[in-house]
Amino acid sequence: MLILAFDTATPAITLAICESEGGAVRVRAGASSVDARRHGELLTPGIRTVAEQAGVALADLTHIAVGVGPGPYTGLRVGLATGHALAGALGIPCHGVATLDALAFASGRQAPFIAASDARRKEVFWARYEDADTRTGEIAVDRPADVETGGLPVIGHGARMYSEVFGQDPEAAEPLYPSAAALGEVALRRLLAGRDLPEPRPLYLRRPDAAQPGAPKKVRQWQA
Amino acid sequence: MSGSDLPLILGIETSCDETGVGLVRGCELLSDEVASSVEQHARFGGVVPEVASRAHLEAMSPTVQRALDSAGVQLSDVDAVAVTAGPGLAGALLVGVSAAKAYALALDVPLYGVNHLVGHVAVDQLEHGPLPKPAIALLVSGGHTSLLYVRDLATDVRPLGDTVDDAAGEAYDKVARLLGLPYPGGPPIDRAAREGDSGAIHFPRGKWGDGSYDFSFSGLKTAVARWVEDGERDGRAPSVPDIAAAFQESVVDVLTRKAVDACVEHGVGHLVISGGVAANSRLRELAGQRCADAGVELRVPRPRLCTDNGAMIAALGAEVAAAGLPPSRLDLATDTSLPVGQPLAA
Repeated sequence: MLILAFDTATPAITLAICESEGGAVRVRAGASSVDARRHGELLTPGIRTVAEQAGVALADLTHIAVGVGPGPYTGLRVGLATGHALAGALGIPCHGVATLDALAFASGRQAPFIAASDARRKEVFWARYEDADTRTGEIAVDRPADVETGGLPVIGHGARMYSEVFGQDPEAAEPLYPSAAALGEVALRRLLAGRDLPEPRPLYLRRPDAAQPGAPKKVRQWQA
Repeated sequence: MSGSDLPLILGIETSCDETGVGLVRGCELLSDEVASSVEQHARFGGVVPEVASRAHLEAMSPTVQRALDSAGVQLSDVDAVAVTAGPGLAGALLVGVSAAKAYALALDVPLYGVNHLVGHVAVDQLEHGPLPKPAIALLVSGGHTSLLYVRDLATDVRPLGDTVDDAAGEAYDKVARLLGLPYPGGPPIDRAAREGDSGAIHFPRGKWGDGSYDFSFSGLKTAVARWVEDGERDGRAPSVPDIAAAFQESVVDVLTRKAVDACVEHGVGHLVISGGVAANSRLRELAGQRCADAGVELRVPRPRLCTDNGAMIAALGAEVAAAGLPPSRLDLATDTSLPVGQPLAA
């Protein structure tokens, strides 16, 4: 299997091409950058570059894996729209991987921990992990002070931003962002193990902000 | 005449609340599929950007597939991808542009990031054949009210005037709300107006006779609000049909007068009216009369092509490709306020 993996649901844009041979997974090429406002501009050229570096034609890919968030919606949708269209044009499946799962896997941790990313509005997206490859609950969105850490270490950009609330050294939050190399490896290992991967649908975890309008404003000042 | 030797253009439009995908060869329309999220916005009285963006992502792949199926072609047959780069809602545009880039990369075909407003003019070619050069175009929709001098769809479009405040369609939506009519306001006002007397009330004509080709509809909306409120104060029930008819007459009177004046001043014999408001029956009727009186040929695409769709983007993409302009790069950025003078985004 030859998989193109990418994630745009954090300020990072991360891409990788990973290959499985036998039971082993190796990363053929990868690239990451942090530019929260240019996901839409950087992702597709990045895919072309990573494929060139890996010496792979897009037509050789067998799978696509894309981060499904949660994360800031505009960037998140860049990745998903790109994944859907690439898969449609190449005639291959597109799978989803939770962005926090890719962050957790990149940490390589063997003991329980919490992964947290910035959800804006003074909140974090977070989940609890048994180890780097095992999430033990649903992903939630909460204010940092409301996250029940149980004294576990917290990793990710959300942990760095709110290190005082979590009562830990900011440096302990590494890694801050998911890596597509980890995302691709998670996807391949799960496919190899015959596990189902989620549909490539966004995890928003919040409803759109929208208020129903009240009565039209009065334009005249008059006494009833 | 068969256009099978011309490139097959896939057009993608996501600037507002319609996910549009069309397939075009030259001036030949092969398919035009639209998924609209308008019903999800209705209770908010206007388009909610985040709701629109979410709907675009859901609808994009299925709409592309429907367009391919109804044209009887495969993605691998596509020779170029055209997409709305702007103007429009940032998050909405980005869904279409991201998908278009991925299709262009995977199919190894050129990408053209094009202008939504010029697409509204280009779509007329799918119905009435090549646009005579030059032509005047009046573009009226919920987001735009522009008068354009079009020498060449791909390379030379000049703005003559624009609204200084509300778009014409926006004024329809706001007045509909004042009158207790549903969103979007164009169709219900058009229907109500047929039962009313447009001479019963005289509402102001914004920027009438000011010598410019600009428009203003904000004062008209306020005048309608005053009329309704004064009626409430005086215990007089407003006649919705009369108000609708008088409001509509004010809008279409200014639109058609300035459009025909532009044709006459510039010695141009063809006027195109497009955009969602071009579906309005009174606008079509009055424009027809005034064009006939001035010896101007009027071209109005059928209503289905006047509202936002992907075929209009494919039609402009076909023009841009035929003109031999360089394709857009894969790092193409969306531009929420792309000027109408740029048919192809930089």
